[in-house]
Amino acid sequence: MKTFRTLLKTELRLSLRGMDMLIFALCLPLVVLVILGILYGKRPAFEGAGYSFLDQSFGALSSIAVCAGGVMGLPLVVSEYRHRKILKRFRVTPVNPAMLLSVQTAVYALYAAVSLLLLYITAAVFFGYRMDGSLFAFLSSYLLVMLSLFSLGMLVGGIAPNPKIAGVLASVLYFPMLIFSGATLPYEAMPAALQRIADILPLTQGIKLLKAASLGLPMDDVLLPLVWMAVLSLICIAVTVKVFRWE
Amino acid sequence: MEDCIRAEGLSKSYSGRPAVNGLTLSVPQGTAFGLLGANGAGKSTAIECLLGTKQPDRGTVSILGMDPRSDRKKLFQRVGVQFQEARWQDKITVGELCEVTASLYRRAENIPPLLDQLGIADKARRPVEELSGGERQRLFIVLALLPRPDVVFLDELTTGLDARARRDVWKILAHRKSEGLTILLTSHFMDEVEALCDRILILKRGQTVFAGTPAEAATASPFDRFEDAYLWYTDEEEPR
Repeated sequence: MKTFRTLLKTELRLSLRGMDMLIFALCLPLVVLVILGILYGKRPAFEGAGYSFLDQSFGALSSIAVCAGGVMGLPLVVSEYRHRKILKRFRVTPVNPAMLLSVQTAVYALYAAVSLLLLYITAAVFFGYRMDGSLFAFLSSYLLVMLSLFSLGMLVGGIAPNPKIAGVLASVLYFPMLIFSGATLPYEAMPAALQRIADILPLTQGIKLLKAASLGLPMDDVLLPLVWMAVLSLICIAVTVKVFRWE
Repeated sequence: MEDCIRAEGLSKSYSGRPAVNGLTLSVPQGTAFGLLGANGAGKSTAIECLLGTKQPDRGTVSILGMDPRSDRKKLFQRVGVQFQEARWQDKITVGELCEVTASLYRRAENIPPLLDQLGIADKARRPVEELSGGERQRLFIVLALLPRPDVVFLDELTTGLDARARRDVWKILAHRKSEGLTILLTSHFMDEVEALCDRILILKRGQTVFAGTPAEAATASPFDRFEDAYLWYTDEEEPR
């Protein structure tokens, strides 16, 4: 426990000194929230909708930090630590590789949690946001989104032969997810053909869950997203553990 | 006396080219062992095979009676390592790196006195990348000694250190050795090897060309001085 705490404290400090996550996980979603709030305010999501555009967007915005940490932050840090032989130095100490990976996971989970809190407070205070749905269902969905994206990121960090390729793979995952899954552009505004392609992205499914949970919509279509994200997570975790390399 | 490090018939080649061939050594507890040879002679490969960070093609290794690969977590509670090329996380400070390293061990030493012994106590708040080469070298000796190890591996022990700092490091190691620490080191400084090492082994293109005490190395060569003898053993030009 002492090892975990010390590692987490230090890695968190190092990550904050890097600034990237402050910008992409904390500021970016907040800025998008404020813009949407100012532009659309309390306007209904569509004609006759029982909830506002902002209500509809909250779930999606809350997933941006998860996406940034999971598919950008995690794979890059794991790949870089391996490439720069920092993991090799850890290898000649008693530390368990699972400990190192879980510390990094915790760092990005903390960013996600802080982002969620900031978004909620800002939306509630400035734009009168209230979560109509079940908080429990929302947080459960949030954890599942985190699990699937973080495991995907771990996998990328594990299989990429160097940080350059990890960066390319991370971008290939990050930007399409950020744009097409509904995290920034509303999924509802996309043409049906694009929606079908976007449906493959785990984040698209995750955002559907988050949206349904936060709006208190009937959870009738959630089985498919649930199964898809759970299966993807299991595969990624299994492969990550299997292919872990110190150098 | 119990052998703390023991290797038998250790061989490792890279794409068919042997880097270490049939290395056999044993280091009794509380002694210092020097692994010598020119650059590219196979010292680092040998150390990595001993530590288990490289898998030898043939041969066996045991450290403190354990297998470095299968008993890794248990063994490295008691073994300190300084690699030839030191690595650290971006933007990490000296103090943070020490704290993180200490947190990995069950019986880590107190950090400030150790930094003080190596003369870098005033650098604790500095980022590691801003240290001079010699300061960094001393930091990584601190990290190797932090676990209160029974065995320590030091690859290129005092490279980059000035004469004064080298003497200080020798003194610290000699003291720890007298308390029972077992040391395996590589070095390019023969005065250092003579001052610290009880036994040495000289590698030349992966082959063992001498194993014994530094005095024996001189006696068995046409030279009186150990450094001349060492150069004679490692001479690349004349076949012996």
